[in-house]
Amino acid sequence: MKTSLIELKNITKAFEDNVVLDDFSLTVNQNEFITLLGPSGCGKTTTLRIVGGFESPDSGRVFFEGKDITDVPPNKRHINTVFQKYALFPHMNVGQNIAFGLEISGKSDAYIKDKVRYGLKLVNLEGFQNRKIESLSGGQQQRVAMARAIVNEPKVLLLDEPLGALDLKLRQDMEYELIRMKNELGITFIYVTHDQEEALTMSDKVVVMNGGYIQQMGTPEEIYNEPENAFVADFIGDSNIIDGIMMEDRVVKICDTIFPCVDEGFGTKKPVDVVIRPEDLIIGKPGQGQMDGEVIHNVFIGVHYEMEILAGGFEWLVQNTVSYPVGAKVSMSVIPENIQIMHKPQTKEEEAIDTDV
Amino acid sequence: MKKIKMIYLIVIMMFLYLPIVTLMVFSFNESKSMFKWTGLSLRWYKEMFTDTQMLSAIWNTFSIALTASVVATVIGTLACVGIMQMGRRSQTAIMGLNNIPLLNADIVTGISLMLSFIAFGFYLSWGTVLMAHITFCIPYVILSVMPKLKQLGAGSYEAALDLGASPFYAFRKVVIPDIKPGIVSGFLLSFTMSVDDFVVTHFTRGAGINTISTLIYSQVKVGIRPTLFALSTVIFLVVLVVLVLVNFVSGKDNGEEEFFYEVAQG
Amino acid sequence: MYRKLMATPYLFWVLCGTIIPLCMIMYYGFTDRTGNFTVSNVLAIFQPVHAQALGLALLLAFVSTLICLLLAFPLALILKGSSWGRKGFIVFIFILPMWMNFLLRTMAWQVILEKGGIFNTLLTTLHLPTLDIINTPAAIVLGMVYDFLPFMVLPIYNTLMKIDDNVIEAAYDLGATKGKVLKDILLPLSVPGIASGITMVFVPSLTTFVISNILGGGKIYLIGNIIEQEFTTSANWNLGSGLSLVMMVFIVISMGAMSKLDKSGEGNFI
Repeated sequence: MKTSLIELKNITKAFEDNVVLDDFSLTVNQNEFITLLGPSGCGKTTTLRIVGGFESPDSGRVFFEGKDITDVPPNKRHINTVFQKYALFPHMNVGQNIAFGLEISGKSDAYIKDKVRYGLKLVNLEGFQNRKIESLSGGQQQRVAMARAIVNEPKVLLLDEPLGALDLKLRQDMEYELIRMKNELGITFIYVTHDQEEALTMSDKVVVMNGGYIQQMGTPEEIYNEPENAFVADFIGDSNIIDGIMMEDRVVKICDTIFPCVDEGFGTKKPVDVVIRPEDLIIGKPGQGQMDGEVIHNVFIGVHYEMEILAGGFEWLVQNTVSYPVGAKVSMSVIPENIQIMHKPQTKEEEAIDTDV
Repeated sequence: MKKIKMIYLIVIMMFLYLPIVTLMVFSFNESKSMFKWTGLSLRWYKEMFTDTQMLSAIWNTFSIALTASVVATVIGTLACVGIMQMGRRSQTAIMGLNNIPLLNADIVTGISLMLSFIAFGFYLSWGTVLMAHITFCIPYVILSVMPKLKQLGAGSYEAALDLGASPFYAFRKVVIPDIKPGIVSGFLLSFTMSVDDFVVTHFTRGAGINTISTLIYSQVKVGIRPTLFALSTVIFLVVLVVLVLVNFVSGKDNGEEEFFYEVAQG
Repeated sequence: MYRKLMATPYLFWVLCGTIIPLCMIMYYGFTDRTGNFTVSNVLAIFQPVHAQALGLALLLAFVSTLICLLLAFPLALILKGSSWGRKGFIVFIFILPMWMNFLLRTMAWQVILEKGGIFNTLLTTLHLPTLDIINTPAAIVLGMVYDFLPFMVLPIYNTLMKIDDNVIEAAYDLGATKGKVLKDILLPLSVPGIASGITMVFVPSLTTFVISNILGGGKIYLIGNIIEQEFTTSANWNLGSGLSLVMMVFIVISMGAMSKLDKSGEGNFI
């Protein structure tokens, strides 16, 4: 049974006239790696800062282990933050930075010394105690920031796009490092990013946000395979989002072609959005699939070829390890499980989805 | 806590502006006394335009300030471009020299210049005051322009050459517009410092000429005529109005910020 | 290459306006009226009148620098935190008074502090004891603080504004109290500005002759007054130069200390 650690209840926050969070609620469980994912301005950093205590919500409450901490200042919360630009203390060396929080809590010198060494080991920076901050690379500074937060044994670690400034290789290394630390330490991680790959790689639970609302919440697999609306489908990975008409349960009409699918309960003859991932489209010889079309673009992007196929008046994005030259006549088909049906946006809340894509 | 901060700010502002307000009030006093209020009068404002000694002091003050700040701005800006081309060591050395008049005591700057002028046979006059003022103005220009030039880097100048511009054209069309805020602030700062200067002028002016500052100093012992209060009030208000107007005209968003920035290069 | 030459007029000016004049003071300081080498002008600092003037100047400069620091640091902190702490506006507020003549501004304190002046009238109406500080060292200190406070506020404010807000938040995040943040984060990080401010207040306070003349009633002599008189009324340039050299030792010391604490020059007041 998972126990809830942090609860945000009906949080609203506006900066001047700009409403960043609107009646926002979220529960974070113990020892969970939860990622807030969304484009800039979606409210994810504000959410994090409210949990950290750096912003207070205009309305709504924050609970930590069942206690209301909305008005508790950041220095009294058992929560530590790793800031986007690391925010290391430039006038202290690495060891002093890491010891900062421990000294405040009045730990013994021996304990602090031990803990600093442990923290550096954890982030693979053994022997860096006396180095100056300005002599470190971005990745090393990032690790020091992590160690500085972790040695305080917080129950929750907040990370605000901590990998944003690192190059690709280093970022991937750090992603594995973070997963390892989470498993070793048993700390709850709340992670903020706009990078979908980071979110899918590391998280137990992903919260996709846009316009101050939660668009979808679920495991990385759920988010990727079953996006609930066009925003999520578009934001997570590449996808074909097409207008369709739900004829009846398990039958959808796209581009005047009938496709069997697995979704039910959308009514009959109702307009819907249909999502099909580019890698789920199967290419075959003309006449052998569900639709015929012509390849109009073909680019090799490393793992596979990315093609655009004109079929039924729509340009389909298709990924395949086999290359079909431009001008080739092909057919396309898709298995029912790979067709994802979504409601068209109707309420104001859902419209926010479309406006900011 | 917020209240305490507010009160603290108000007290400091009062401390800064109380003497200024006092002077302004007494410029409207009917009698010559600085200590007794005898009645409202514009007497001193009228006298301002007839006092020949004062008119010449005003002329000297502003002609020197304007010439000195223009010359200092030109020399300083050119120098910045030149210094940028030099090695790191020469740059540090020159910037160190540049700081001397800035950090040194005014009295030392004043007497050292006076000794040199006399040793080299200059007759102390308007010209020597001007040269002295240029000397202490240049460092302000350099300190204002240098950061802008460093920010700009060599890139855009070289890009302009690459696109076929002559060095002069590139300098005029690419470099100057980019460092203009620094140049303007250097100029305005020089002008302010020159008008406000007393000590350096005191030692380099010789017997014949007066600026507003030296005129005031010569009257300190015998009692200052309120005409000088009136004059200073006029100058202060003109500057205030000009600043506020320019700020108002130059737009509301970042215009104000930019302008004040240029005025004093924060 | 020719671009280096653009610095030539400036370098010429530095030579003529800074280097040669400083050499002139050296020359006069170490010679007598007939041009012979002597150290008596420098040693004259040990004459009681001169030594006292220097001692008093050091004391008053020290006190006024300390007061400026104590006033300016909280002020800069408040300005950093306030919404109207926008840089241009703050600089404007502190530069604007310079457009009222420096001598008149100082004079105005005479009017304010005089026995029957504004300040004491106010105290009397409030049934408080009057404050007779005009023509005392206290009045001179007040004048110094008033004239040079902006030179302390601006550099400290500039360095405080350069501190990343996240760094301060990080300290709170790690459990620091307000006092701890002030002591361990804000104070150490504003050292360059403080150093620059101290020099920019200490040097002019140490060397002033105008403030002591106006607010000291012409009876209190600081080292600046002595030197000024040697160059004007007494016309003993050699003695004046010698005493200036001694005074400059203190200027150089404070400038050296500053450049040590403010290596990158980030504490400049402009």
